[in-house]
Amino acid sequence: MSEQFSVDERSGLENQIDQWRAWVLRRRAITPDDAAELEDNLRGRVADLRAGGLDDDEAFLVAVKRMGNLDDVSREFAREHSDRLWKQLVLVPEAPAEADRRWRDLGVLIGLAVGAGIAVKSLLALGDDEAFGLNVAFAVLPFLAAYFAWSRRLPGRVATVLVGMTAAVAVAVNLYPFVVTDGSPGMTYVLTATHLPVLLWLLLGVAYTGGAWREHARRMDFVRFTGELVIYFALIALGGGLLIGLLFGVFGVVDIEIEPFVQGWLMPFAVPGAFLVAAWLVEAKKSVVENMAPVLTRVFTPLTLVLLVAAFVALLAGGPLTAVDRNLLILMDAILLLVLALLLYSISARDPLSPGRPFDWLQLALVAAAFAVDVVALTAMVARIADAGWTANKTAALGLNLVLLVHLLGTGWLLWQFLRRRGTFDAVERWQTRYLPVYAAWAAIVVLVFPPVFSFA
Amino acid sequence: MHIEKDLVAASATPLVLGILADGDLHGYAILKRVGELSGGRMQWTDGMLYPLLHRLERNGWVRAEWGVSDAGRKRKHYALTASGREVLVERQAQWDVVGDTLRQVWNTLRGPEAAGAWA
Repeated sequence: MSEQFSVDERSGLENQIDQWRAWVLRRRAITPDDAAELEDNLRGRVADLRAGGLDDDEAFLVAVKRMGNLDDVSREFAREHSDRLWKQLVLVPEAPAEADRRWRDLGVLIGLAVGAGIAVKSLLALGDDEAFGLNVAFAVLPFLAAYFAWSRRLPGRVATVLVGMTAAVAVAVNLYPFVVTDGSPGMTYVLTATHLPVLLWLLLGVAYTGGAWREHARRMDFVRFTGELVIYFALIALGGGLLIGLLFGVFGVVDIEIEPFVQGWLMPFAVPGAFLVAAWLVEAKKSVVENMAPVLTRVFTPLTLVLLVAAFVALLAGGPLTAVDRNLLILMDAILLLVLALLLYSISARDPLSPGRPFDWLQLALVAAAFAVDVVALTAMVARIADAGWTANKTAALGLNLVLLVHLLGTGWLLWQFLRRRGTFDAVERWQTRYLPVYAAWAAIVVLVFPPVFSFA
Repeated sequence: MHIEKDLVAASATPLVLGILADGDLHGYAILKRVGELSGGRMQWTDGMLYPLLHRLERNGWVRAEWGVSDAGRKRKHYALTASGREVLVERQAQWDVVGDTLRQVWNTLRGPEAAGAWA
Protein backbone atom coordinates (compact mmCIF):
# COMPACT_ATOMS: atom_id res chain seq x y z
CA MET A 1 0.00 0.00 0.00
CA SER A 2 2.79 2.34 0.83
CA GLU A 3 4.39 1.54 -2.53
CA GLN A 4 1.15 2.35 -4.32
CA PHE A 5 1.12 5.68 -2.50
CA SER A 6 4.70 6.53 -3.43
CA VAL A 7 4.03 5.70 -7.08
CA ASP A 8 1.10 8.08 -6.95
CA GLU A 9 3.30 10.70 -5.43
CA ARG A 10 5.93 10.22 -8.08
CA SER A 11 3.37 10.66 -10.83
CA GLY A 12 2.13 13.64 -8.82
CA LEU A 13 5.59 15.15 -9.06
CA GLU A 14 5.75 14.43 -12.81
CA ASN A 15 2.36 16.07 -13.13
CA GLN A 16 3.54 19.10 -11.26
CA ILE A 17 6.64 19.36 -13.42
CA ASP A 18 4.50 19.03 -16.55
CA GLN A 19 2.30 21.86 -15.38
CA TRP A 20 5.31 23.93 -14.46
CA ARG A 21 6.86 23.36 -17.90
CA ALA A 22 3.65 24.41 -19.66
CA TRP A 23 3.57 27.50 -17.49
CA VAL A 24 7.20 28.34 -18.34
CA LEU A 25 6.59 27.83 -22.06
CA ARG A 26 3.76 30.36 -22.02
CA ARG A 27 6.47 33.01 -21.94
CA ARG A 28 7.58 33.52 -25.49
CA ALA A 29 11.05 34.70 -24.56
CA ILE A 30 11.71 31.17 -23.30
CA THR A 31 12.19 28.56 -26.00
CA PRO A 32 11.55 24.83 -25.49
CA ASP A 33 15.34 24.35 -25.23
CA ASP A 34 15.57 26.92 -22.45
CA ALA A 35 12.62 25.26 -20.72
CA ALA A 36 14.40 21.90 -20.96
CA GLU A 37 17.46 23.48 -19.39
CA LEU A 38 15.43 25.02 -16.59
CA GLU A 39 13.60 21.73 -16.08
CA ASP A 40 16.91 19.91 -15.74
CA ASN A 41 17.82 22.41 -13.05
CA LEU A 42 14.46 21.95 -11.31
CA ARG A 43 14.81 18.18 -11.34
CA GLY A 44 18.35 18.38 -9.96
CA ARG A 45 17.21 20.68 -7.18
CA VAL A 46 14.20 18.46 -6.37
CA ALA A 47 16.38 15.35 -6.23
CA ASP A 48 18.85 17.04 -3.85
CA LEU A 49 16.07 18.36 -1.62
CA ARG A 50 14.42 14.93 -1.46
CA ALA A 51 17.75 13.38 -0.56
CA GLY A 52 17.84 15.96 2.22
CA GLY A 53 14.60 14.57 3.62
CA LEU A 54 11.84 16.68 2.04
CA ASP A 55 8.85 14.98 0.44
CA ASP A 56 7.99 15.49 -3.22
CA ASP A 57 5.57 18.35 -2.69
CA GLU A 58 7.88 20.26 -0.40
CA ALA A 59 10.88 19.65 -2.62
CA PHE A 60 8.96 20.80 -5.69
CA LEU A 61 7.75 23.97 -3.99
CA VAL A 62 11.19 24.90 -2.70
CA ALA A 63 12.79 24.14 -6.07
CA VAL A 64 10.26 26.30 -7.89
CA LYS A 65 10.85 29.07 -5.40
CA ARG A 66 14.61 28.82 -5.90
CA MET A 67 14.07 29.16 -9.65
CA GLY A 68 12.99 32.73 -8.96
CA ASN A 69 10.16 34.87 -10.23
CA LEU A 70 9.46 33.57 -13.74
CA ASP A 71 8.52 37.03 -15.00
CA ASP A 72 11.96 38.28 -14.00
CA VAL A 73 13.69 35.25 -15.46
CA SER A 74 11.77 35.56 -18.71
CA ARG A 75 12.66 39.26 -18.88
CA GLU A 76 16.32 38.33 -18.49
CA PHE A 77 16.01 35.81 -21.31
CA ALA A 78 14.35 38.40 -23.50
CA ARG A 79 17.04 40.95 -22.72
CA GLU A 80 19.77 38.47 -23.61
CA HIS A 81 18.03 37.21 -26.77
CA SER A 82 16.82 40.44 -28.26
CA ASP A 83 15.91 38.57 -31.43
CA ARG A 84 13.28 36.80 -29.37
CA LEU A 85 12.26 40.05 -27.78
CA TRP A 86 11.64 41.23 -31.30
CA LYS A 87 9.28 38.34 -31.97
CA GLN A 88 7.18 38.97 -28.95
CA LEU A 89 5.22 42.07 -28.39
CA VAL A 90 5.51 42.16 -24.64
CA LEU A 91 8.10 40.61 -22.40
CA VAL A 92 5.67 39.25 -19.91
CA PRO A 93 1.91 39.00 -20.15
CA GLU A 94 0.70 42.44 -19.24
CA ALA A 95 -2.66 43.63 -18.08
CA PRO A 96 -5.51 43.49 -20.62
CA ALA A 97 -4.83 47.20 -21.17
CA GLU A 98 -2.30 45.89 -23.72
CA ALA A 99 -5.05 45.24 -26.28
CA ASP A 100 -6.48 48.72 -25.74
CA ARG A 101 -3.03 50.18 -26.21
CA ARG A 102 -2.65 48.52 -29.57
CA TRP A 103 -5.88 50.05 -30.79
CA ARG A 104 -4.89 53.44 -29.42
CA ASP A 105 -1.56 53.10 -31.26
CA LEU A 106 -3.42 52.33 -34.47
CA GLY A 107 -5.66 55.37 -33.94
CA VAL A 108 -2.67 57.67 -33.50
CA LEU A 109 -0.98 56.09 -36.49
CA ILE A 110 -3.98 56.55 -38.78
CA GLY A 111 -4.10 60.19 -37.72
CA LEU A 112 -0.42 60.57 -38.61
CA ALA A 113 -0.96 58.74 -41.93
CA VAL A 114 -3.67 61.24 -42.85
CA GLY A 115 -1.26 64.00 -41.90
CA ALA A 116 1.40 62.53 -44.19
CA GLY A 117 -1.21 62.28 -46.97
CA ILE A 118 -2.14 65.96 -46.56
CA ALA A 119 1.55 66.92 -46.62
CA VAL A 120 2.17 64.94 -49.82
CA LYS A 121 -0.97 66.32 -51.42
CA SER A 122 0.01 69.92 -50.60
CA LEU A 123 3.49 69.28 -51.97
CA LEU A 124 1.97 67.98 -55.20
CA ALA A 125 -0.30 70.99 -55.35
CA LEU A 126 2.78 73.19 -55.75
CA GLY A 127 3.19 71.59 -59.18
CA ASP A 128 6.98 71.73 -58.98
CA ASP A 129 8.56 68.37 -59.78
CA GLU A 130 12.00 69.31 -58.49
CA ALA A 131 10.66 70.56 -55.16
CA PHE A 132 8.55 67.40 -54.87
CA GLY A 133 11.57 65.13 -55.40
CA LEU A 134 13.56 66.94 -52.74
CA ASN A 135 10.80 67.19 -50.17
CA VAL A 136 8.67 64.07 -50.46
CA ALA A 137 10.78 62.29 -47.82
CA PHE A 138 10.31 65.29 -45.52
CA ALA A 139 6.56 65.01 -46.06
CA VAL A 140 6.31 61.36 -44.99
CA LEU A 141 9.14 60.27 -42.70
CA PRO A 142 8.65 62.88 -39.93
CA PHE A 143 5.15 61.48 -39.37
CA LEU A 144 6.55 58.00 -38.87
CA ALA A 145 9.27 59.45 -36.63
CA ALA A 146 6.57 61.23 -34.64
CA TYR A 147 4.80 57.90 -34.15
CA PHE A 148 7.97 56.32 -32.77
CA ALA A 149 8.73 59.35 -30.63
CA TRP A 150 5.26 59.05 -29.19
CA SER A 151 5.11 55.28 -28.72
CA ARG A 152 8.66 55.08 -27.30
CA ARG A 153 8.50 58.24 -25.19
CA LEU A 154 11.56 59.66 -26.90
CA PRO A 155 13.54 61.93 -24.53
CA GLY A 156 12.91 65.60 -25.31
CA ARG A 157 16.59 66.34 -25.82
CA VAL A 158 16.98 63.65 -28.51
CA ALA A 159 13.77 64.77 -30.21
CA THR A 160 15.00 68.36 -30.28
CA VAL A 161 18.32 67.36 -31.85
CA LEU A 162 16.54 65.19 -34.45
CA VAL A 163 14.08 67.94 -35.39
CA GLY A 164 16.92 70.45 -35.55
CA MET A 165 19.08 68.26 -37.82
CA THR A 166 16.17 67.41 -40.11
CA ALA A 167 15.14 71.05 -40.37
CA ALA A 168 18.72 72.13 -41.12
CA VAL A 169 19.00 69.56 -43.93
CA ALA A 170 15.61 70.58 -45.31
CA VAL A 171 16.53 74.26 -45.36
CA ALA A 172 19.94 73.54 -46.92
CA VAL A 173 18.74 71.37 -49.81
CA ASN A 174 15.85 73.72 -50.59
CA LEU A 175 18.16 76.74 -50.68
CA TYR A 176 20.74 75.03 -52.91
CA PRO A 177 20.61 76.67 -56.37
CA PHE A 178 20.46 73.43 -58.41
CA VAL A 179 21.14 74.05 -62.09
CA VAL A 180 18.26 73.09 -64.39
CA THR A 181 19.08 72.76 -68.07
CA ASP A 182 16.27 72.35 -70.63
CA GLY A 183 13.81 71.54 -67.88
CA SER A 184 15.77 68.52 -66.62
CA PRO A 185 17.68 68.82 -63.36
CA GLY A 186 21.42 68.17 -63.11
CA MET A 187 23.37 65.32 -61.57
CA THR A 188 23.83 66.81 -58.13
CA TYR A 189 20.07 67.33 -57.82
CA VAL A 190 19.40 63.67 -58.63
CA LEU A 191 22.11 62.55 -56.21
CA THR A 192 20.74 64.72 -53.42
CA ALA A 193 17.17 63.59 -54.04
CA THR A 194 18.15 59.89 -54.01
CA HIS A 195 20.48 60.01 -51.01
CA LEU A 196 18.23 62.20 -48.88
CA PRO A 197 15.73 59.43 -47.99
CA VAL A 198 18.62 57.22 -46.82
CA LEU A 199 19.92 59.94 -44.52
CA LEU A 200 16.44 60.64 -43.16
CA TRP A 201 15.74 56.93 -42.75
CA LEU A 202 18.83 56.49 -40.57
CA LEU A 203 17.85 59.56 -38.55
CA LEU A 204 14.45 57.92 -38.17
CA GLY A 205 16.32 54.95 -36.75
CA VAL A 206 17.33 57.12 -33.80
CA ALA A 207 13.65 57.76 -33.07
CA TYR A 208 12.90 54.06 -33.61
CA THR A 209 15.39 53.06 -30.93
CA GLY A 210 13.82 55.54 -28.54
CA GLY A 211 17.12 57.43 -28.35
CA ALA A 212 19.17 54.32 -27.46
CA TRP A 213 20.75 54.32 -30.93
CA ARG A 214 24.18 53.45 -29.62
CA GLU A 215 23.03 50.03 -28.43
CA HIS A 216 23.84 47.15 -30.73
CA ALA A 217 20.62 45.27 -30.00
CA ARG A 218 18.40 48.27 -30.71
CA ARG A 219 20.20 48.95 -33.99
CA MET A 220 19.63 45.34 -34.97
CA ASP A 221 15.95 45.77 -34.17
CA PHE A 222 15.91 48.69 -36.56
CA VAL A 223 17.51 46.56 -39.28
CA ARG A 224 14.86 43.90 -38.73
CA PHE A 225 12.17 46.54 -38.75
CA THR A 226 13.44 47.89 -42.08
CA GLY A 227 13.49 44.44 -43.68
CA GLU A 228 10.01 43.52 -42.52
CA LEU A 229 8.68 46.94 -43.49
CA VAL A 230 9.85 46.40 -47.07
CA ILE A 231 8.04 43.05 -47.18
CA TYR A 232 4.81 44.36 -45.66
CA PHE A 233 4.86 47.43 -47.89
CA ALA A 234 5.42 45.28 -50.98
CA LEU A 235 2.50 43.04 -49.99
CA ILE A 236 0.20 45.98 -49.37
CA ALA A 237 1.32 47.64 -52.62
CA LEU A 238 0.59 44.44 -54.57
CA GLY A 239 -2.88 44.18 -53.09
CA GLY A 240 -3.50 47.89 -53.56
CA GLY A 241 -2.33 47.72 -57.17
CA LEU A 242 -4.73 44.88 -57.84
CA LEU A 243 -7.64 46.80 -56.31
CA ILE A 244 -6.84 49.92 -58.32
CA GLY A 245 -6.61 47.84 -61.49
CA LEU A 246 -10.06 46.43 -60.81
CA LEU A 247 -11.33 49.92 -60.03
CA PHE A 248 -10.09 51.16 -63.40
CA GLY A 249 -11.67 48.16 -65.10
CA VAL A 250 -15.09 48.63 -63.55
CA PHE A 251 -15.23 52.40 -64.11
CA GLY A 252 -13.93 51.90 -67.66
CA VAL A 253 -16.87 49.60 -68.38
CA VAL A 254 -19.37 52.25 -67.28
CA ASP A 255 -17.33 54.98 -69.01
CA ILE A 256 -16.53 57.10 -66.00
CA GLU A 257 -13.17 58.84 -66.08
CA ILE A 258 -11.58 57.95 -62.75
CA GLU A 259 -7.93 58.62 -63.45
CA PRO A 260 -7.90 62.24 -62.17
CA PHE A 261 -9.30 61.06 -58.86
CA VAL A 262 -6.83 58.19 -58.56
CA GLN A 263 -3.86 60.35 -59.56
CA GLY A 264 -4.86 63.46 -57.67
CA TRP A 265 -6.38 62.12 -54.49
CA LEU A 266 -6.13 58.38 -54.03
CA MET A 267 -2.39 57.91 -54.57
CA PRO A 268 -1.16 60.88 -52.48
CA PHE A 269 -3.03 59.48 -49.51
CA ALA A 270 -2.83 55.75 -50.19
CA VAL A 271 0.93 55.44 -50.68
CA PRO A 272 2.09 57.25 -47.50
CA GLY A 273 -0.84 55.63 -45.68
CA ALA A 274 0.22 52.16 -46.80
CA PHE A 275 3.76 52.95 -45.71
CA LEU A 276 2.75 53.99 -42.20
CA VAL A 277 0.29 51.14 -41.81
CA ALA A 278 3.01 48.71 -42.93
CA ALA A 279 5.24 50.16 -40.20
CA TRP A 280 2.49 49.64 -37.66
CA LEU A 281 1.91 46.08 -38.86
CA VAL A 282 5.60 45.27 -38.42
CA GLU A 283 5.34 46.47 -34.84
CA ALA A 284 2.07 44.75 -34.05
CA LYS A 285 2.47 41.45 -35.91
CA LYS A 286 6.14 40.72 -35.56
CA SER A 287 5.77 36.98 -35.30
CA VAL A 288 3.90 36.72 -38.61
CA VAL A 289 6.63 37.86 -40.98
CA GLU A 290 9.39 36.59 -38.73
CA ASN A 291 8.74 33.09 -40.05
CA MET A 292 9.06 34.33 -43.62
CA ALA A 293 12.49 35.92 -43.29
CA PRO A 294 14.49 32.67 -43.11
CA VAL A 295 12.48 31.23 -46.01
CA LEU A 296 12.96 34.30 -48.19
CA THR A 297 16.70 34.48 -47.56
CA ARG A 298 17.06 30.77 -48.27
CA VAL A 299 15.30 31.20 -51.59
CA PHE A 300 17.12 34.34 -52.70
CA THR A 301 20.65 33.68 -51.45
CA PRO A 302 21.35 30.85 -53.93
CA LEU A 303 19.57 32.72 -56.73
CA THR A 304 21.67 35.83 -56.12
CA LEU A 305 24.80 33.71 -56.05
CA VAL A 306 23.90 32.37 -59.51
CA LEU A 307 23.30 35.94 -60.71
CA LEU A 308 26.71 37.02 -59.41
CA VAL A 309 28.56 34.12 -61.00
CA ALA A 310 26.82 34.88 -64.30
CA ALA A 311 27.78 38.55 -63.96
CA PHE A 312 31.37 37.60 -63.23
CA VAL A 313 31.61 35.40 -66.32
CA ALA A 314 29.93 38.07 -68.45
CA LEU A 315 32.31 40.75 -67.22
CA LEU A 316 35.39 38.68 -67.97
CA ALA A 317 34.22 37.13 -71.24
CA GLY A 318 32.27 39.97 -72.80
CA GLY A 319 33.77 43.17 -74.18
CA PRO A 320 32.04 45.75 -71.99
CA LEU A 321 35.09 46.17 -69.77
CA THR A 322 36.67 48.32 -72.45
CA ALA A 323 33.55 50.40 -72.89
CA VAL A 324 32.47 50.69 -69.29
CA ASP A 325 30.75 53.83 -68.16
CA ARG A 326 29.08 54.98 -65.02
CA ASN A 327 26.08 52.77 -65.81
CA LEU A 328 28.18 49.73 -65.00
CA LEU A 329 29.29 51.39 -61.80
CA ILE A 330 25.71 52.12 -60.83
CA LEU A 331 24.74 48.56 -61.75
CA MET A 332 27.52 47.27 -59.51
CA ASP A 333 26.25 49.44 -56.68
CA ALA A 334 22.78 47.98 -57.18
CA ILE A 335 24.14 44.42 -57.06
CA LEU A 336 26.24 45.09 -53.96
CA LEU A 337 23.29 46.79 -52.28
CA LEU A 338 21.14 43.76 -53.02
CA VAL A 339 23.76 41.37 -51.65
CA LEU A 340 24.21 43.45 -48.50
CA ALA A 341 20.48 43.83 -47.94
CA LEU A 342 20.12 40.07 -48.29
CA LEU A 343 23.01 39.47 -45.90
CA LEU A 344 21.82 41.97 -43.32
CA TYR A 345 18.33 40.57 -43.47
CA SER A 346 19.40 36.97 -43.01
CA ILE A 347 21.90 37.90 -40.30
CA SER A 348 19.19 39.77 -38.41
CA ALA A 349 16.89 36.75 -38.62
CA ARG A 350 19.49 34.22 -37.50
CA ASP A 351 19.87 32.87 -33.99
CA PRO A 352 23.42 33.98 -33.09
CA LEU A 353 23.87 30.94 -30.85
CA SER A 354 23.30 28.24 -33.42
CA PRO A 355 26.53 26.76 -34.79
CA GLY A 356 27.77 27.19 -38.37
CA ARG A 357 25.53 25.56 -40.96
CA PRO A 358 25.86 24.86 -44.69
CA PHE A 359 23.71 27.93 -45.32
CA ASP A 360 26.36 30.12 -43.66
CA TRP A 361 28.91 28.78 -46.14
CA LEU A 362 26.53 29.70 -48.94
CA GLN A 363 26.42 33.23 -47.58
CA LEU A 364 30.18 33.37 -47.47
CA ALA A 365 30.24 32.22 -51.10
CA LEU A 366 27.80 35.03 -51.90
CA VAL A 367 30.08 37.58 -50.25
CA ALA A 368 33.13 36.20 -52.07
CA ALA A 369 31.34 36.25 -55.44
CA ALA A 370 30.10 39.81 -54.91
CA PHE A 371 33.61 40.83 -53.96
CA ALA A 372 35.14 39.21 -57.05
CA VAL A 373 32.61 40.83 -59.39
CA ASP A 374 33.13 44.18 -57.77
CA VAL A 375 36.91 44.07 -57.94
CA VAL A 376 36.80 43.35 -61.68
CA ALA A 377 34.36 46.17 -62.31
CA LEU A 378 36.17 48.60 -60.03
CA THR A 379 39.55 48.09 -61.68
CA ALA A 380 38.10 48.88 -65.08
CA MET A 381 36.25 51.83 -63.65
CA VAL A 382 39.12 53.49 -61.87
CA ALA A 383 41.20 53.31 -65.04
CA ARG A 384 38.37 54.94 -66.98
CA ILE A 385 37.82 57.67 -64.43
CA ALA A 386 41.53 58.42 -64.38
CA ASP A 387 41.27 59.06 -68.14
CA ALA A 388 37.91 60.79 -68.37
CA GLY A 389 37.92 62.77 -65.14
CA TRP A 390 35.61 62.97 -62.17
CA THR A 391 31.96 63.88 -62.33
CA ALA A 392 29.49 64.04 -59.46
CA ASN A 393 27.80 60.83 -60.59
CA LYS A 394 31.00 58.85 -60.95
CA THR A 395 32.33 60.08 -57.62
CA ALA A 396 29.09 59.23 -55.84
CA ALA A 397 28.89 55.80 -57.45
CA LEU A 398 32.54 55.06 -56.71
CA GLY A 399 32.25 56.28 -53.13
CA LEU A 400 29.17 54.16 -52.48
CA ASN A 401 30.99 51.25 -54.06
CA LEU A 402 33.88 51.64 -51.62
CA VAL A 403 31.54 52.00 -48.64
CA LEU A 404 29.73 48.81 -49.67
CA LEU A 405 32.97 47.00 -50.40
CA VAL A 406 34.41 47.65 -46.94
CA HIS A 407 31.14 46.51 -45.37
CA LEU A 408 31.20 43.35 -47.48
CA LEU A 409 34.86 42.63 -46.77
CA GLY A 410 34.36 42.95 -43.02
CA THR A 411 31.31 40.70 -43.13
CA GLY A 412 33.10 38.10 -45.24
CA TRP A 413 36.14 38.05 -42.98
CA LEU A 414 34.11 37.73 -39.76
CA LEU A 415 31.87 35.09 -41.32
CA TRP A 416 34.99 33.14 -42.34
CA GLN A 417 36.37 33.41 -38.81
CA PHE A 418 33.03 32.23 -37.41
CA LEU A 419 32.84 29.25 -39.74
CA ARG A 420 36.38 28.25 -38.83
CA ARG A 421 35.34 28.50 -35.15
CA ARG A 422 37.79 31.31 -34.56
CA GLY A 423 35.10 33.89 -33.91
CA THR A 424 31.48 34.23 -32.91
CA PHE A 425 28.43 35.06 -34.95
CA ASP A 426 27.89 37.88 -32.51
CA ALA A 427 30.97 39.55 -33.99
CA VAL A 428 29.38 39.31 -37.46
CA GLU A 429 26.22 40.93 -36.11
CA ARG A 430 28.05 43.69 -34.29
CA TRP A 431 30.02 44.60 -37.40
CA GLN A 432 26.72 45.17 -39.24
CA THR A 433 25.30 47.54 -36.66
CA ARG A 434 28.61 49.29 -36.08
CA TYR A 435 28.85 50.03 -39.78
CA LEU A 436 25.38 51.60 -40.13
CA PRO A 437 26.51 55.16 -39.23
CA VAL A 438 28.96 55.02 -42.15
CA TYR A 439 25.98 54.96 -44.50
CA ALA A 440 24.44 57.93 -42.72
CA ALA A 441 27.73 59.81 -43.01
CA TRP A 442 28.13 58.98 -46.71
CA ALA A 443 24.52 59.95 -47.48
CA ALA A 444 25.05 63.22 -45.60
CA ILE A 445 28.19 63.95 -47.65
CA VAL A 446 26.40 63.31 -50.94
CA VAL A 447 23.36 65.34 -49.90
CA LEU A 448 25.12 68.32 -48.35
CA VAL A 449 28.70 68.46 -49.68
CA PHE A 450 28.40 67.23 -53.28
CA PRO A 451 26.14 70.00 -54.65
CA PRO A 452 28.46 72.89 -53.69
CA VAL A 453 31.62 70.93 -54.62
CA PHE A 454 30.29 70.13 -58.10
CA SER A 455 28.79 73.63 -58.43
CA PHE A 456 25.17 72.41 -58.37
CA ALA A 457 25.51 71.06 -61.92
CA MET B 1 23.26 36.06 3.85
CA HIS B 2 21.74 38.62 1.53
CA ILE B 3 24.17 39.99 -1.00
CA GLU B 4 23.24 43.09 -2.93
CA LYS B 5 21.89 42.56 -6.46
CA ASP B 6 24.56 44.66 -8.21
CA LEU B 7 27.34 42.81 -6.46
CA VAL B 8 25.88 39.44 -7.44
CA ALA B 9 25.58 40.62 -11.04
CA ALA B 10 29.14 41.93 -11.16
CA SER B 11 30.70 38.82 -9.65
CA ALA B 12 28.60 36.29 -11.58
CA THR B 13 30.62 36.33 -14.81
CA PRO B 14 34.08 35.77 -13.28
CA LEU B 15 32.60 33.19 -10.90
CA VAL B 16 31.02 31.12 -13.66
CA LEU B 17 34.09 31.40 -15.89
CA GLY B 18 36.32 30.43 -12.99
CA ILE B 19 34.18 27.44 -12.08
CA LEU B 20 34.13 26.28 -15.70
CA ALA B 21 37.94 26.61 -15.85
CA ASP B 22 38.00 23.50 -13.64
CA GLY B 23 36.02 21.46 -16.15
CA ASP B 24 32.77 21.25 -18.12
CA LEU B 25 29.57 21.44 -16.11
CA HIS B 26 25.83 21.71 -16.62
CA GLY B 27 23.86 24.61 -15.20
CA TYR B 28 22.67 23.08 -11.98
CA ALA B 29 26.15 21.75 -11.19
CA ILE B 30 27.48 25.31 -11.52
CA LEU B 31 24.87 26.52 -9.04
CA LYS B 32 25.78 23.74 -6.64
CA ARG B 33 29.44 24.63 -6.95
CA VAL B 34 28.69 28.28 -6.12
CA GLY B 35 26.81 27.09 -3.06
CA GLU B 36 29.68 24.83 -1.97
CA LEU B 37 32.39 27.43 -2.54
CA SER B 38 30.54 30.08 -0.54
CA GLY B 39 29.55 27.62 2.17
CA GLY B 40 25.93 28.25 1.23
CA ARG B 41 26.20 31.97 1.91
CA MET B 42 25.83 32.89 -1.74
CA GLN B 43 22.53 31.77 -3.19
CA TRP B 44 21.72 32.72 -6.75
CA THR B 45 18.24 32.68 -8.14
CA ASP B 46 18.46 29.46 -10.16
CA GLY B 47 16.63 30.76 -13.23
CA MET B 48 18.88 33.79 -13.63
CA LEU B 49 21.95 31.64 -14.31
CA TYR B 50 20.72 30.56 -17.73
CA PRO B 51 20.35 33.94 -19.44
CA LEU B 52 23.84 34.69 -18.08
CA LEU B 53 25.24 31.45 -19.54
CA HIS B 54 23.65 32.27 -22.88
CA ARG B 55 25.27 35.68 -22.85
CA LEU B 56 28.67 34.14 -22.16
CA GLU B 57 28.02 31.74 -25.02
CA ARG B 58 27.06 34.56 -27.39
CA ASN B 59 30.29 36.37 -26.48
CA GLY B 60 32.16 33.20 -27.35
CA TRP B 61 33.52 32.78 -23.83
CA VAL B 62 31.87 29.43 -23.22
CA ARG B 63 30.72 26.71 -25.60
CA ALA B 64 27.52 24.81 -24.98
CA GLU B 65 26.64 21.33 -26.08
CA TRP B 66 23.57 19.24 -25.58
CA GLY B 67 24.19 15.89 -23.98
CA VAL B 68 22.23 13.36 -21.99
CA SER B 69 22.01 13.17 -18.21
CA ASP B 70 22.31 9.96 -16.18
CA ALA B 71 18.52 9.80 -16.10
CA GLY B 72 18.47 9.94 -19.92
CA ARG B 73 17.21 13.50 -20.19
CA LYS B 74 18.49 16.29 -22.41
CA ARG B 75 21.15 18.27 -20.59
CA LYS B 76 23.25 21.21 -21.75
CA HIS B 77 26.93 21.24 -20.81
CA TYR B 78 29.06 24.34 -20.77
CA ALA B 79 32.81 24.52 -21.36
CA LEU B 80 35.26 27.40 -21.21
CA THR B 81 36.74 28.51 -24.56
CA ALA B 82 40.17 29.99 -25.21
CA SER B 83 38.78 33.53 -25.35
CA GLY B 84 36.82 32.79 -22.17
CA ARG B 85 40.09 31.90 -20.50
CA GLU B 86 41.56 35.23 -21.60
CA VAL B 87 38.57 37.09 -20.19
CA LEU B 88 38.91 35.16 -16.96
CA VAL B 89 42.54 36.25 -16.56
CA GLU B 90 41.52 39.83 -17.27
CA ARG B 91 38.66 39.74 -14.77
CA GLN B 92 40.86 38.12 -12.18
CA ALA B 93 43.34 40.99 -12.45
CA GLN B 94 40.50 43.50 -12.09
CA TRP B 95 39.04 41.76 -9.06
CA ASP B 96 42.47 41.52 -7.48
CA VAL B 97 42.76 45.29 -7.64
CA VAL B 98 39.26 45.77 -6.22
CA GLY B 99 39.84 43.19 -3.47
CA ASP B 100 43.21 44.66 -2.61
CA THR B 101 41.87 48.18 -2.35
CA LEU B 102 38.89 47.10 -0.30
CA ARG B 103 41.09 45.15 2.09
CA GLN B 104 43.15 48.27 2.76
CA VAL B 105 40.00 50.29 3.36
CA TRP B 106 38.75 47.64 5.80
CA ASN B 107 42.11 47.77 7.57
CA THR B 108 42.01 51.55 8.03
CA LEU B 109 38.45 51.16 9.29
CA ARG B 110 39.62 48.64 11.81
CA GLY B 111 42.66 50.77 12.69
CA PRO B 112 41.09 53.54 14.86
CA GLU B 113 38.95 51.00 16.68
CA ALA B 114 42.00 49.01 17.60
CA ALA B 115 43.72 52.22 18.71
CA GLY B 116 40.72 53.07 20.90
CA ALA B 117 40.94 49.68 22.55
CA TRP B 118 44.57 50.33 23.45
CA ALA B 119 44.01 53.73 24.95
